[in-house]
Amino acid sequence: MATTLADDLRPLHHPHSWVTRYVWSQDHKVIAIQYSVTAISIGLVALTLSALMRLQLGFPGVFPAIQPDNYLQFVSMHGMIMVVYLLTALLLGGFGNYLIPLMIGARDMVFPFVNMLSFWFYLLSVIVLVVGFFVPGGPTGAGWTLYPPQAISEGTPGHQWGIATMLVSLAIFVVAFTMGGLNYVTTVLQARTRGMTLMRMPLSVWGIFTASVMGLLAFPALFVAAIMMLFDHFAGTSFFMPMMQSMGRVTPTEGGSPLLFQHLFWFFGHPEVYIVALPAFGIVSDLISVHARRNIFGYRMMVWAITIIGALSFLVWAHHMYVSGMNPYFGFFFATSTLIIAIPTAIKVYNWLLTLWRGDIHLRVPMLFAIAFIFTFIHGGLSGLFLGNVSVDVPLSDTFFVVAHFHMVMGVSPVLVIFGAIYHWYPKITGRMWNETLGKLHFWITFLGAYAIFLPMHYLGILGVPRRYYALGETGFIPESVHLANEWISIAALIVFAGQSLFFVNMIWSLFKGPRADPNPWGAASLEWLTPQTPPAHGNWGAKLPVVYRWAYDYSVPGAPRDFIPQTEPRA
Amino acid sequence: MSRTMPDRQDREVLSPTLREIAADWSADQEVFRHTHWGKAMMWIFLLSDTFIFSCFLTGYMTMRASAVEPWPNTAEVFALTIGGQSIPLILIAIMTFVLISSSGTMAMAVNFGYRRDKRKTATLMLLTALFGATFVGMQAFEWSKLILEEGVRPWGNPMGAPQFGASFFMITGFHGLHVSCGVILLLIIASKVARGHYDRSGDYSAVEIAGLYWHFVDLVWVFIFAFFYLW
Repeated sequence: MATTLADDLRPLHHPHSWVTRYVWSQDHKVIAIQYSVTAISIGLVALTLSALMRLQLGFPGVFPAIQPDNYLQFVSMHGMIMVVYLLTALLLGGFGNYLIPLMIGARDMVFPFVNMLSFWFYLLSVIVLVVGFFVPGGPTGAGWTLYPPQAISEGTPGHQWGIATMLVSLAIFVVAFTMGGLNYVTTVLQARTRGMTLMRMPLSVWGIFTASVMGLLAFPALFVAAIMMLFDHFAGTSFFMPMMQSMGRVTPTEGGSPLLFQHLFWFFGHPEVYIVALPAFGIVSDLISVHARRNIFGYRMMVWAITIIGALSFLVWAHHMYVSGMNPYFGFFFATSTLIIAIPTAIKVYNWLLTLWRGDIHLRVPMLFAIAFIFTFIHGGLSGLFLGNVSVDVPLSDTFFVVAHFHMVMGVSPVLVIFGAIYHWYPKITGRMWNETLGKLHFWITFLGAYAIFLPMHYLGILGVPRRYYALGETGFIPESVHLANEWISIAALIVFAGQSLFFVNMIWSLFKGPRADPNPWGAASLEWLTPQTPPAHGNWGAKLPVVYRWAYDYSVPGAPRDFIPQTEPRA
Repeated sequence: MSRTMPDRQDREVLSPTLREIAADWSADQEVFRHTHWGKAMMWIFLLSDTFIFSCFLTGYMTMRASAVEPWPNTAEVFALTIGGQSIPLILIAIMTFVLISSSGTMAMAVNFGYRRDKRKTATLMLLTALFGATFVGMQAFEWSKLILEEGVRPWGNPMGAPQFGASFFMITGFHGLHVSCGVILLLIIASKVARGHYDRSGDYSAVEIAGLYWHFVDLVWVFIFAFFYLW
């Protein structure tokens, strides 16, 4: 095992057969694609579940196959899959794996074998998750937050086996993430190429790096919570279970603290929001800079904002628990710390806008998605100000306002970035170009559709429509317009759902029939576009590692022959 | 402000150590210079593992605070009757002593590893593993005594709050699992040392990396000992 990268010809693992090259592969690029394909596949399951939910909400009673239990199961699985198995895995396992070594000029991750194990554990966690759909009683219907006591009490769908597969799957996921995250962090810290200082790294790497560090510190809480709930479920312990009456009987449990689970869960859950958001922040910064042909505005500020957001996000978790029954005085502290996060976040938003300001903006598909992200993110961020304040949050809690908020800020926003990023790096990953028209059509359906879906939800929330309800029924305080809005949302959701097929058609068709892509089609300055082969070969850099002389944002430099200067170009 | 001012101020304000740290973090290639990748990774892993044990211990403390029944007196529960006399916490004291001693032998093994002394390194690592196995063995004895004689179960016990048994089995079990993994790791590395694997590769870092893990497991035990047995 080498200790330093100065040695250019470090012995790499060399695949000998098709199986070790593409299945049991230790190449970070292959692992990245394995991660991405798995994540997107399971994400499609979650997308389908959301469509089923919308069918029920928009047209209650029309689909008798969707029973209340099913509805709750769809809600729970949709949430957990999207947050953990799609977004986290795709942004860190997928983009993290692909981009980190290429962007910092390394041949691979520092521990390719551990990296490979990480993917296979992730796949195992996904399989256990999917098994949950087929166990007796079906998957858990406890909501994605899995709050005990209800998650493991009679009456909740999947309280017998569904919850068990969910918890086991999460524990395996944490193990998988730990192996991957250790690799990402160590690679960034110890395996950069010559000249690549931390402050010359593209912001994508900064976002992924910080998110990986956060994941290593936040996922332990989820792991512990899952283990403890498994004990409560199978060993009869009372960690989270108070004495209570369930189905007319007093349970044998006593003295446990349901609040403890919520604290553990959100100590993971809130950083998780930023584990998903920070890579998206980083990637979108690069997309905006490249396609606006301007250096990112305030690079240092951006880096500090990323790390400060990462640190602060560990101090705000109980803002998810204002109505949980915790000591109300906590609300003051957590509301304050929550609102402080708005400062570095606002710095980032201003810097994106100032990067666009007077830029030479090319409205290609990745850029469209990046700009759309700024819209949805500002929007979701502002509704977060409502929910961060205790007194405003209490009436809005558990309404559709919350649903609208978090879908805007950590659902739609990162997904838009992911789409943008896939369009952006697709030519490098596959060596082919996608179809521009299909891409633009996909963008407009997705972007306008997202607003058509989530804007009315704010209105529903302010009217007090509760979330996670199977049907509203004969409820006095809910006006007729709510039903109309629900129908509208459902129709929009189904259109967006169908519209995603454009993306898949485009990607798969282009993979085989797309025109050959230029090695650097966007004229980007960062290292990943400078590989000797496109797609990059095993070992990434041929005989010699690249040497870096400048940051990744030298665009439109006055006096330069081209409108970008690659990182490898020596300073004059 | 003149351009030379900050530099001079830096020199005055920052100690040499701080300046070196700043230089390391602003350098290219590596933040931790000449540090084996595996060692860096082990440190980061241990940081993550710290959070796992912190969550376990914080959870335990919360439950202890919120339990409705009185917490059993650990001095009595973990007492052994030796020669007709009940000695509180004697077994735990011995276990702790054994584990701390194993950290000592591990440190010596790392030292001899640096000196490329194959025989002594392997012997000391084996001794460390032996101490570790002894610890796990005594833990098994403690568990069986609690389960068979005292009637402690995860869901309840005759002495008081049911959370006592639950957190005891969970936390010591998770720690015991760490020790067992450590013993296996030590045996593997020791056998590699003995077979001259690291002499051929010229790199004894694996010994130190295993040592890091082992010291961490010992450190965690100190906290478990303090918070669970002494409180």
